[in-house]
Amino acid sequence: MALKTETFILNAGPQHPSTHGVFRMRMTLDGEVIQDVEPVFGYLHRGVEKLAEGLAYPQDIVFTDRLDYLASMTNNQAYVVAVEKLAGIQAPERAEYLRVIMAELMRISSHLMAVGFLLNDLGAFMTPLLYMYREREKILDLFDMVCGQRLTYNYMRIGGVSQDIPEEFIPALNKFIDSLPGFIKEYDQLLATNEILLVRTKNVGILSKESAINYSTAGPVLRASGVKWDIRKADPYSVYNRFNFEIPTGTKGDVYDRYRVRIEEMIQSSSIIKQAIAQLPSGEIQTKIPRILRPPKGEVYGHIEGPKGEIGFYLVSDGSANPYRWHMRPPSLINLTALREMLIGVKIADAMAIFGSIDICVGEVDR
Amino acid sequence: MATLGRSIFPLNFHPAILPPDWPAGFWSHMIIFVVILFVFIIIMAVAFIYIERRVLGRFQIRIGPNRIGPFGLFQPVADTIKILIKEDIVPLNADKIMHLLAPAVAFIPVVMIFAVIPFQNGAALVDLNIGIVYIVAVSSVSVVGMVMAGWSSNNKYALVSAMRVIAQVVSYEIPLALAVIGIVLFAGTLSMNGIVQAQNIPYILLQPMGFLIYFLAALAEINRTPFDLLEAEGEIVAGYNIEYSGIKFALFFLAEYTEAVAISAIITTLYLGGWKGPFLPPVLWFLIKVFAVFFVIIWIRSTLPRLRIDQVMGFAWKFLLPLALINLLVTGIQVVFLPDISQWIIVVMNIVLAAVLVFLFSRSFRTRGDKIEAQ
Amino acid sequence: MKLNNYGEGIAKGMAVTMKNAMRRPITTQYPEQKLNVSRRTRGNQLVWNKDACIACSMCAKACPVSCIDMVTSRDENKKLKMDKMDVDSGLCISCGLCVEACPQKCLFMDSAYEKARYSRKDLKLTKEDILMTEKSKPSGYYSPENAAKLPIQTLLIDRK
Repeated sequence: MALKTETFILNAGPQHPSTHGVFRMRMTLDGEVIQDVEPVFGYLHRGVEKLAEGLAYPQDIVFTDRLDYLASMTNNQAYVVAVEKLAGIQAPERAEYLRVIMAELMRISSHLMAVGFLLNDLGAFMTPLLYMYREREKILDLFDMVCGQRLTYNYMRIGGVSQDIPEEFIPALNKFIDSLPGFIKEYDQLLATNEILLVRTKNVGILSKESAINYSTAGPVLRASGVKWDIRKADPYSVYNRFNFEIPTGTKGDVYDRYRVRIEEMIQSSSIIKQAIAQLPSGEIQTKIPRILRPPKGEVYGHIEGPKGEIGFYLVSDGSANPYRWHMRPPSLINLTALREMLIGVKIADAMAIFGSIDICVGEVDR
Repeated sequence: MATLGRSIFPLNFHPAILPPDWPAGFWSHMIIFVVILFVFIIIMAVAFIYIERRVLGRFQIRIGPNRIGPFGLFQPVADTIKILIKEDIVPLNADKIMHLLAPAVAFIPVVMIFAVIPFQNGAALVDLNIGIVYIVAVSSVSVVGMVMAGWSSNNKYALVSAMRVIAQVVSYEIPLALAVIGIVLFAGTLSMNGIVQAQNIPYILLQPMGFLIYFLAALAEINRTPFDLLEAEGEIVAGYNIEYSGIKFALFFLAEYTEAVAISAIITTLYLGGWKGPFLPPVLWFLIKVFAVFFVIIWIRSTLPRLRIDQVMGFAWKFLLPLALINLLVTGIQVVFLPDISQWIIVVMNIVLAAVLVFLFSRSFRTRGDKIEAQ
Repeated sequence: MKLNNYGEGIAKGMAVTMKNAMRRPITTQYPEQKLNVSRRTRGNQLVWNKDACIACSMCAKACPVSCIDMVTSRDENKKLKMDKMDVDSGLCISCGLCVEACPQKCLFMDSAYEKARYSRKDLKLTKEDILMTEKSKPSGYYSPENAAKLPIQTLLIDRK
């Protein structure tokens, strides 16, 4: 005689300590095993794409800060690259090098936060998170020195960057970059061979190569599944073709590989910053653009490699000072489309680990 | 009756502080010392909460709470006042009587453990001659309280947590009891004071594998990291005490820390030599050892992530239980066939055997892969 | 022979935690010890130099959220003068576009940060509130001469 059981619905609601932001998952459970998951989002929708049609192109940089509020510099850079492609403006050399330095520092900071919060979700009671936050504080101090804010920078402008770096920036940056490999080695000693971490993250949440390409994921999620695709090498923008760096890839596409890819990317970023400091030329930092910028009619899609994936901006201009259509390709949302396939058949505890390893920011998902 | 009367705290205590015509000597002594012991337990639990927050802060390169009172010593007072004046909310469809009784059922057995722990030579509240069996029996009752809390809250998160509690706590009772039997074989007596008196070398050296098994099983019993998936904040927010507020929540919280005190005290008594030590008074040695064990528990909490429920069960049944059985077999052989050789040779033998066995077992211990095909 | 199955990784991790426990904590006890903010900080109020202002209202046009409410008029000599300039500092997002847009460089961000109020109405500032006096500390955002007067920022990388 078969035992009659029924499934029940558990709601990992919008307010939850380990969904990174307001994101809701309605999971249908059979005991502890997930049968189906339905993600619900939209709790942080602010209508940014419509608001941006009311302002001029240089003023819209302020909105890009607030989309992915944990990695503002790369959002700024994506938008500025798109507008420069549309209007045919070329930034001077010093500005391009400064943009590369800021973007790579931003990548290190965002990956530190992603790994720290993944471990927080796995249960290590905030200790690895606080160790990584200490390094992130040093990066935020550097940004504070340059542009005056710690979270929403508003630093890049169309045609360059807004202000030049003060003279205490380069010594402080050198001190930080020289101390970073020691700290990454300390994190590896704490985490990389920890048996409990290995048992929790290996073979959990596997995303195969074909699935990753079919769901059009990008960023560390794609690279951990074995696809060697990075926009800095595949479609180089700015001055990335002058640096030597490698693209770390994983083999299996589980949570452990995504964690290793992020740690390796931090090491590559610090090597790019060292090369950029050595090659930094002098010069001016912004080309002259008219006060009211009227790009020619047309449409453009400009994309860069952000810490969470491929950030792209699709702009349609009708010749006036305000854009006609302003759309952002959100990397977190498109990476989340693979969530349902990864979550069916695993237990609840693994669900949070997988969700944390995709590394989303809800400001991007909902815009 | 005479044995009970003789073992009241402490042996050389002159009863002159009580008036000579104090009536009914045994029962009045008992009531006074029950009250003293109860106050001691509450103060130790509260002190452990404070110590954990400060020490955890130092592990995370920050200072713990240090604003309220000098060095933050009044922080637990502030926490207690805050919790006591909160509104007591009972969910609408909850089972009212079980919801009310669950904190009491979870808290009372934990306090009852302290009745047999010796603070000085012969100085326990009652020195039962079945001491260790009493402890193992009483500490399994508090899991009923947690299940009552999880079931009566009418909340799916609490139900998931209650199911996990039953599975985990019941599975880890068995290696716990088996490791204790090894100790009893060496000491020859079940009474806690007798076990302390029989330790010429602390039993942590004579039974390293037994210590490891007991320590891990005890961590699982008191729901601390790495086995704290019952109140895993990430997944099932706060587990079985999700619907509790006010003094009922305070009782659950206190019960958890009192269990930590109890486990530290039991480990000190069984494995580290209880109140034995050279120069200082024995009570002080006892407290130092209890704090040392608790420090190691906090150190483990601050470093390790938590395990998943099927890995926890696999660890109990496939790793700890065979090791506990082998430990018992080896101890039995040593006690029966080699009772006369010096204890240091047994120490060396046991340490080598423990290292070899742990190594061999962990090579062959695997958990299954994780994707379960949907039926 | 791989030896990391029996707890060696856990032991290494616990050694790292113990080593970090011996470091000096990096907490700053706030009201007693204060750190210096950046010299180019974009604080949350404005500082306005009235003498150099020509009332061209470029700052109000540059603001993305329209938090500067400005009314100007022409006086007898056909010069522009400012009648009303209300800044709603609760609405301001501290982006600094107004400071950048000013042609006379008479508008600065404020570098003092302890500006909490008890009610939301008190956050609406009139032009007398934001007037530049000797006590106001304008920050160096877009103005290097102000940046030179402020103390150097405390950096975490310099703290042992």
